[in-house]
Amino acid sequence: MSEIIGYIFIVIGLAFDILGCIGLIRLPDVYNRLQATTKCVTMGTCSILFGVFVIKGFSSTGIKAILCLVFLILTAPVAAHALARGAHASGVKLWSKSVCDMYEQDKGEGKR
Amino acid sequence: MKNKAVLFIIGFIIWILLGWPPDVQHVIAGIPAAAVVAFLTGDMFARRPFRFGNIIRYLWFCYYVPLFLWECLKANIDVALRVLNPRLPIKPGIVKVKTTLKSDTGLTFLANSITLTPGTFCIDIKPEKGILYIHWIDVRSKDINTATQLIAAKFERVLKRIFD
Amino acid sequence: MKSGYFRWIVGALALTAVLLFISIYPIPSLLKWQSPLLSRCFFILMVCFGLCLIRLMLGPTPADRAVAIDTLGVLIVGFCAILSIPTGRDWYIDIAIAWALQSFVGALALAKYMEGRGFDE
Repeated sequence: MSEIIGYIFIVIGLAFDILGCIGLIRLPDVYNRLQATTKCVTMGTCSILFGVFVIKGFSSTGIKAILCLVFLILTAPVAAHALARGAHASGVKLWSKSVCDMYEQDKGEGKR
Repeated sequence: MKNKAVLFIIGFIIWILLGWPPDVQHVIAGIPAAAVVAFLTGDMFARRPFRFGNIIRYLWFCYYVPLFLWECLKANIDVALRVLNPRLPIKPGIVKVKTTLKSDTGLTFLANSITLTPGTFCIDIKPEKGILYIHWIDVRSKDINTATQLIAAKFERVLKRIFD
Repeated sequence: MKSGYFRWIVGALALTAVLLFISIYPIPSLLKWQSPLLSRCFFILMVCFGLCLIRLMLGPTPADRAVAIDTLGVLIVGFCAILSIPTGRDWYIDIAIAWALQSFVGALALAKYMEGRGFDE
């Protein structure tokens, strides 16, 4: 029984993984791509790890999978945030149909 | 000193979890390892360690986790529908959001939960002014107060009770 | 606008064809421990790796490539986690934890490099 629930979690995680990778291909600029990958791929991988925990139970593998899940959910948004800030500082423009860019305005005011 | 004690306990728990199931050799080897780590890096860990003894904060944290997971699930389905739609219905932009949180841990948790919730993504934090810059995949309002209501309000209410 | 729809149809057809091929084709088990469901999981993760590598190849700016590398790191963590089920060896999860750490530090270093500042800040 627990194996079936675990495999269901793993399949859901794989579906989110592949949707995040499609988003990485389809969306138009760096920030939108980061939106897709950091949500879908992180949660997909966390779902896979949780499935491993459900299958293995409280053995050494399951406990380490939970530890890895907590670590991933804490660090993946920080890495994505650092990458976005680096991209903005290195001068990557937003998509041409974007609505507004308050960050660029504020940086311009700071320099003057 | 209390700082280092808290870090020692956390490091020791992680050591035991990494070597599950625990046996005597493993636990004895863990004590000096956690002590060295706590002695070297204890000063950078937490600025106000007396906060760790407060039970009410843990209860609010238990309320925060399911809220966060539910928002995460909604975010995933939202992004999946946007990606699969052939017309690609996105209207991106960067907006500003005000916050009243002061502590570093609280700001980090706010930025993380904003990043993993539907359609929003934190780009930069200015802690001295209390302003977050947020990339929004579907801009509904450019005004700073409305954006704060829509994006940050529901997490800020809970996180204020946990970390401040 | 027309070309956008055309590209969407071509991409959707190609992806559906690949996924159908993976789910229908009787994959010969390479090793003794592979169950059919898990070997299909590996092939689906291979498709994800392929999509990331396409973005790594095409990406117009260095930032896109950094994002693709970060995504690859998270996917490899999932790959190691699945690999630990049929083999029953727990050190695959150790590899996953170490890989997550290394990928996080690598992403931070790439971000600092793109920002154009030194590493000492």
